Amino acid sequence: MDILLQQIINGLTTGSVYAIVALGYTMVYGVIQLINFAHGEVVMIGAMVAFSVIMAVVGMGLPLPPVVIVLGGVLAAIPVCMAIGYLLERVAYRPLRHAPRLAPLITAIGMSIVLQHLALLIWGRDPRAFPQIMENTSHAIGGAAISSVQIAIILLSVAMMAGLTWFVYRTKFGIAIRATAEDVRVAALMGVDANRVIAVTFVIAAALGAVAGVMVGTYYGIAHYTMGFILGLKAFSAAVLGGIGNLAGAMLGGILLGLVEALGAGYIGEFTDLCQWPVARDLLAERCMADGHVVLFGSNYQDVFAFLVLILVLVFRPSGLLGERVSERA
Amino acid sequence: MNRKTIGFILVALALLALPLVLTQVGTAWVRIANLAILFVFLSLGLNIVVGMAGLLDLGYIAFYAVGAYVWALLASPHFGLHLPFWVILPVGALCACVAGAVLGAPTLRLRGDYLAIVTLGFGEIVRIFMNNLSAPFNITNGPKGITRIDGFSVGGLDFRATDTFLGIDFTGPAKYYYVLLLLLLGVIIVNLRLQKSRIGRAWVAIREDEVAAKAAGINTRNVKLLAFAMGASFGGIAGGMFAAMQGFVSPESFILHESIMVLAMVVLGGMGNVWGVIAGALLLSFVPEFLRYTVEPVQKALFGHLLVEPEVLRMLIFGAALVLTMRFRPAGLWPEARHQKEMGEMKEADA
Repeated sequence: MDILLQQIINGLTTGSVYAIVALGYTMVYGVIQLINFAHGEVVMIGAMVAFSVIMAVVGMGLPLPPVVIVLGGVLAAIPVCMAIGYLLERVAYRPLRHAPRLAPLITAIGMSIVLQHLALLIWGRDPRAFPQIMENTSHAIGGAAISSVQIAIILLSVAMMAGLTWFVYRTKFGIAIRATAEDVRVAALMGVDANRVIAVTFVIAAALGAVAGVMVGTYYGIAHYTMGFILGLKAFSAAVLGGIGNLAGAMLGGILLGLVEALGAGYIGEFTDLCQWPVARDLLAERCMADGHVVLFGSNYQDVFAFLVLILVLVFRPSGLLGERVSERA
Repeated sequence: MNRKTIGFILVALALLALPLVLTQVGTAWVRIANLAILFVFLSLGLNIVVGMAGLLDLGYIAFYAVGAYVWALLASPHFGLHLPFWVILPVGALCACVAGAVLGAPTLRLRGDYLAIVTLGFGEIVRIFMNNLSAPFNITNGPKGITRIDGFSVGGLDFRATDTFLGIDFTGPAKYYYVLLLLLLGVIIVNLRLQKSRIGRAWVAIREDEVAAKAAGINTRNVKLLAFAMGASFGGIAGGMFAAMQGFVSPESFILHESIMVLAMVVLGGMGNVWGVIAGALLLSFVPEFLRYTVEPVQKALFGHLLVEPEVLRMLIFGAALVLTMRFRPAGLWPEARHQKEMGEMKEADA
């Protein structure tokens, strides 16, 4: 099996999910210049709602094709997440729009803790196994395997990115969003209702998050009330990598981060195997003889890569790959 | 003597007598009081970062973890090291300080949001390392944690055993109480002195308007870094004391929720105001105990079983406290005079 190609396929899959979540961060950041700390929780709730609906439908035993059931789950998750996105904006951000920057950040982190624990109350502490209703067939391509779920995730993500790009660049409301992102006051003078634009941006971001939640839930086959935290962190890193506030950047950043993570986790064990370095091999002769490998960092450090990427980007190119200069502007 | 002095002496006497009284009720209560002091200590450390300098640190517990693991590694059978506290606590503070500086340096020249998210990530990374640094070389002993950690001891005085002075029995936790109280006094004095110092005023200036502060000649990056590193070192000291007191550390104790809890204490009490933060920390550290003695029995009586675990309710309360405080009393329950004025002006400008 071609491991490199396999890791690239896996990376593209997770990368597309990161890209969709990152779009949520970047859109909100674009219009209000603030991070939506609770976005990860919205994604988690999307996965949980879809999970419940799918389980309920499966439980009813209706003779529906699996794709329709999953679609039903997605369609149920989207409005719930949109409502939460709207609520977030109204409770955590709008009342504090003119307050010091610290204030909305604190309310947002508070909201994310509340959402996480409400999910814990509703869905319990144990991870939920996503029902395996779809036949997950593998297709061989060039010595690696790609599953139908992976194909579905990648295609759906591309479709969503295309749809969003069309919406933002070709519709009237999209122009209003971009105008608000450019300058709220001037946009308002041109007759743009800033409150409405900001609220809609939160809602769209939440809808994207809902779909991403279902995708990640189906891909890993598991949903848990804490899953939003680390996923949100990674997607944010992706958004920063691409250049926060920039739509194409979020997409690029998400895909790149997925690839970095998959390849990193796939190869870090090989690179940090001390037995291949002459000095270390002599020092650890006994263990190298016995086990063959003394791996310093294995794939269990997978979650560290996103953070490393974030720090490196902030040090060397804080504006991200495609972003404009972000400095400590007031 | 004026009234202020008398009041001060009365409070001091009450604080000194507290563990003796609590011991009569149950040693568990002394332990709870000790943890509360530790949280006050942590909140005052975080107050320097969030309250004074206005830097949102969402991974503060990571520095606490660094301090705790430094103590655990330098004073336990794990490596066979048994160093005295006056070596470990400074080393722990230094390690936390270095971690803070390394983390702060790349992010502090950027906008505040980045710091928030980077610290959030850092808290998680530290946990991943604590969990995984058990192979190929066993440093942290992984999720199992490190056990049989040495307690605090001065000379021949062991802080775990019960000693009798002047006919009064002092249990282990009661003795820890006095050490923690002493440390707390130190951090309160540092906080109060900082508040009025040149650096403290620079921090407040940065918090209120960074560009203006820069224009006024403050080297904002260095001053912010100082706040961040100083806050981190206090976290390191608190972590060391935690390890000594518990005798056991594992990654489980250093999760995001703890960071949020400390943040809620600072925010609720009043960012920047030392007495407000102390009050907020005391108030919130008794919430779990309060819930344990009220919510559990009430639910059991009403429904026959637990519907909502106190632990979940606790986090809901902390989350809500963050949101509600910021919405309705942004300067906290006991605001700092200057801060209150700032926030008040904001409201007027808003109207």
